[in-house]
Amino acid sequence: MFRDFYNTLKEFVRTFGAFQLFFLRLLQHSPSIFVKRFRLVVKQVYNAGALSLVIIMVCGFFIGGVLGLQGYSNLARFNAEDSVGAFAALALVKELGPVITALLFAGRAGTALASEIGLMKATDQLSAMEMMAVNPIRRVLVPRFLGGVISMPLLAAVFSTIGLLGAHVVSVNLLGVDAGAFWIQMQQSLDISDINEGIIKSVVFGIVASLLAVWEGYNAVPTAEGVGRATTRTVVNTAIAVLIFDFMITAFML
Amino acid sequence: MTMDAPSDHLIEIRGLAYAHGARPIFKDLNLTIQRGKITAIMGPSGTGKTTLLRLITRQLIPDRGVIFVDGVDISMLNQTNLYKMRRRFGVLFQNGALLTDLSVFENVAFPLREHTRLTNRLIRHVVLTKLHAVGLRGAADMMPVQLSGGMERRVALARAMVMDPDILIYDEPFVGLDPISMGVIVRLVRRMNDALGISSILVSHDLQEISTVADCSFLISDGKVAASGSPAELNQTSSELVKQFMHGMADGPVAFHFEAPDYEEQLLGRDAE
Repeated sequence: MFRDFYNTLKEFVRTFGAFQLFFLRLLQHSPSIFVKRFRLVVKQVYNAGALSLVIIMVCGFFIGGVLGLQGYSNLARFNAEDSVGAFAALALVKELGPVITALLFAGRAGTALASEIGLMKATDQLSAMEMMAVNPIRRVLVPRFLGGVISMPLLAAVFSTIGLLGAHVVSVNLLGVDAGAFWIQMQQSLDISDINEGIIKSVVFGIVASLLAVWEGYNAVPTAEGVGRATTRTVVNTAIAVLIFDFMITAFML
Repeated sequence: MTMDAPSDHLIEIRGLAYAHGARPIFKDLNLTIQRGKITAIMGPSGTGKTTLLRLITRQLIPDRGVIFVDGVDISMLNQTNLYKMRRRFGVLFQNGALLTDLSVFENVAFPLREHTRLTNRLIRHVVLTKLHAVGLRGAADMMPVQLSGGMERRVALARAMVMDPDILIYDEPFVGLDPISMGVIVRLVRRMNDALGISSILVSHDLQEISTVADCSFLISDGKVAASGSPAELNQTSSELVKQFMHGMADGPVAFHFEAPDYEEQLLGRDAE
């Protein structure tokens, strides 16, 4: 029993160490890939970012719509339904934008990354690169990692913007809140520090989600089952990590 | 680190031991691969022929023993020097291992784009020449998923040759090829070896093809070199094991069955219930 616990702990420390080393390796190769092989990064920004746009925009619109409905009906109890714009903007920019985008990103782009890399490993493509004296971490993982890190904040911004549009459609166009009040209240209550908080969160979540996806793919057991498991773990681990980081960043930024 | 005069010994393996988990694969393997020759490595399946290739290219690290490539102990290389050494190798993987997100042309061009600063024009020239050699110049714009298994391996062969390596390693090059492409590939292997002065190592079960193409072969069994010599010499040998392998007999020193409990016991005995 004690022995089991000791072994589990040892395994955990070892994996965590390997994970940190892996992160450092990605960072080590990132600048030169970014400068010299920018095209590879652009391709991955397209894969992770542009291809996720539809799901991000649809979800953003409906989340914004829900905020408009909830904001209107709850604020109306205090006769403050004009503040629905401020309410939706604060919720989206500080919290929902980065968090929900990160979760959707893990589901759409993270799984694609993990399964792609896992399958490349299973079909010997990564070994073949090794044998051609090309470092797969540098050639395959770094561009994908950077693509994710660049895409996430942009997607979060799109999500928040479309969300505001959704809130506007619901509260102003459908429920009859005054459009001027909607925008003025929003401008007055939204501070630059709120926007900074959203940006910091989305950057951190982008790093977390992309890092976990390439890590799981690279360490997948090279079988059909192993790749499937790696994909699942990407989503689960990203969700947990994002929510924990969200709590910590919010606590620090208060 | 490097010996001054190039010796005839391209690759030397001394006292190699390697275990896959708890299962020992090599116990005390010694073999020497000559420069400029075609060397075949044969053996019953499961004897670790592919593992041996991975050890020679240091994708795996031996438990004991040393491997010298051109007089350099490859376990002592750091990553920069290892990559420098690997550029001298061209490896044909058992399943081709083409990069599935790139076209056939880009697959063959991949090492050139990664390691050289050639112009697009020149890359095109080199790639089309290599694809022509394997008969697939017309497939340049196809994606790997559109190719048959045999075509995939021919593209992989073109890719292995594209950097003009000193040492070409083929892992089961003849599997899945029709007789026509097999004949072409066998002649190609021979011609490249002689015309370009490279050395080739090939792993295969295909006795017939090996005996037409190889200068020297090693038969590996039970973690050791069981016999070596030219294919003709092996054919003449009196060793039971070699005879069994060369003539494809079920009975002999090599067991056809993987280690298992007693057949009758397992089917009818207590285990069955």
